[in-house]
Amino acid sequence: MASSIVELKVNGDTVEVAAPDHFTLLEVLRYRLGLTGSKQGCDKGDCGACTVLVDGEPVLACLTLARLAVGHEVTTIEGLMPAHLRAGGTGADPVQEAFDRCGALQCGFCQPGMMLSARALLDREPNPSRAAIKGALSGNLCRCTGYTQIIEAVETAIAASTERAPDGGSR
Amino acid sequence: MEKFELLQPKGLREAVLALAEGDADRSTMVLAGGQDLLTEMKEHLAEPSLVVDISGLPQLAGIGEVKDGSIRLGANATIAQIAGHPRLRADLPILTEAADSIASPQIRSVATLGGNLNQRPRCWYYRNEEAFCLKKGGSVCYAAEGMNKYNAILGGGPSYIVHPSDMAPALIALDARVQLVGPDGDREVALADYYTLPSDGPMTSETVRANGEIVVDVIVPPQPQGLRSTYLKFKERESYDWALASVALAVVMDGGVVRHARMSLGGVAPKPWTVDVQGVLAGRPVNDETVAKVADLALDGAKALAHNGYKIPLTRGLIARAFQQLS
Ligand SMILES: Cc1cc2nc3c(=O)[nH]c(=O)nc-3n(C[C@H](O)[C@H](O)[C@H](O)COP(=O)(O)OP(=O)(O)OC[C@H]3O[C@@H](n4cnc5c(N)ncnc54)[C@H](O)[C@@H]3O)c2cc1C
Ligand code: FES
Ligand code: FES
Repeated sequence: MASSIVELKVNGDTVEVAAPDHFTLLEVLRYRLGLTGSKQGCDKGDCGACTVLVDGEPVLACLTLARLAVGHEVTTIEGLMPAHLRAGGTGADPVQEAFDRCGALQCGFCQPGMMLSARALLDREPNPSRAAIKGALSGNLCRCTGYTQIIEAVETAIAASTERAPDGGSR
Repeated sequence: MEKFELLQPKGLREAVLALAEGDADRSTMVLAGGQDLLTEMKEHLAEPSLVVDISGLPQLAGIGEVKDGSIRLGANATIAQIAGHPRLRADLPILTEAADSIASPQIRSVATLGGNLNQRPRCWYYRNEEAFCLKKGGSVCYAAEGMNKYNAILGGGPSYIVHPSDMAPALIALDARVQLVGPDGDREVALADYYTLPSDGPMTSETVRANGEIVVDVIVPPQPQGLRSTYLKFKERESYDWALASVALAVVMDGGVVRHARMSLGGVAPKPWTVDVQGVLAGRPVNDETVAKVADLALDGAKALAHNGYKIPLTRGLIARAFQQLS
């Protein structure tokens, strides 16, 4: 079965890769494009370590065929800081800053997926409740932290963003 | 995953004809959201050489009202679209509650209704590549004597899978029908009759879907005035999980007595377990006595395996809670 050329939009760049039909988006990202920030955990939908954003929505790259991502905007963890800078921000994305500040990781394997799920939530809902945060991260498993610092990190990112906003309000 | 060729058909007809070619031996399969099929392919439980991507077919898209007041849910409506539909949330919470209870946010945003209704069992022997069990054409249901904590208490034998769909019981409680298009034309089947028991026929399928048939949409007929509905699902953990048991219930109360009631159970049988409760309830109030009668009827013939006896009191409790909530 011949490989076909797949044209993907990843982190704002258009890239062409040769990949057979059965390659998942995760395999193309990691093994064709060298974007190893998206992790291959369970590879069958259970853990969320492979979470990427497709048109801003968190999806599992391990359960997405690469060819079916054609025509959509894919954002991986490698694209989060560049997108923040392009939007006029400084430094890393506030979610990344907050995970760093709160020590919301141990081995770090879950972290890219966690941060992308959190980013998508905050883009949709700038000031979510704790229940909404837990819901949005419920598809991302962490075997190290016990989740407490992760939730704290998301709340820290919210505080940082709402403080900056002119009518940020209080939480 | 083994290699396969991906076909992106231009229309439904092309998809049906392509599927019909290799449906019988599963050398051709359709993929909607892929959230179940790709997990099967990775475990070598399905090994199609041709995968027909139906996700782009316009005939399968959308959620909307049709002329007679029915609601049409396209097979490609995603679980997230159903969960987030304001009109459904207001009028038929049973559907949005069922959708909310399914898998994780990542999966819900891609997974479709058609895929949900046609997903394959989760029994861990079936899902284990090494176990050549009844569901794969073997001769033994390893769950019958093995680790059967999550298996069937009703309708089991010779296989003891439970049907994993959360949307199916909820839709059955609303009397929904599936519309299929196949190589020989269209047909409509009551969703309650779409599912089969292992004792009914080929063990390798859970539905009456015929070769080449594709589910196009699900029709929810107009509901009786004053209908209240809920989907209660009990999971082993608070985060996402399949149902240990679930109750889909739709009732209409009138002057303190039941006028209409329809109930289907998930997680307890190889198909959504639909119980005709109208007889014991019509014209009667909802109280401890009538609810106990409903539970007796629902669990009539229930037989626990070595490790799933808890499902019997659990199901009774869920039934009582659902009635409490709606009356
Ligand atoms: C981690 C995880 C957790 C899950 N949790 C739940 C849960 O709690 N509750 C639940 O109900 N499900 C759950 N699921 C199962 C499942 O992924 C989803 O229910 C989903 O809806 C499947 O839809 P899909 O479009 O991705 O299906 P696909 O994978 O595309 O298809 C599934 C099957 O249906 C067939 N099919 C698809 N569309 C049609 C159609 N229109 N006509 C005929 N056949 C069709 C395919 O050929 C395939 O055999 C879970 C899955 C995973 C991986
Ligand atoms: S690697 Fe995709 S969900 Fe675990
Ligand atoms: S930090 Fe190790 S899995 Fe989350």
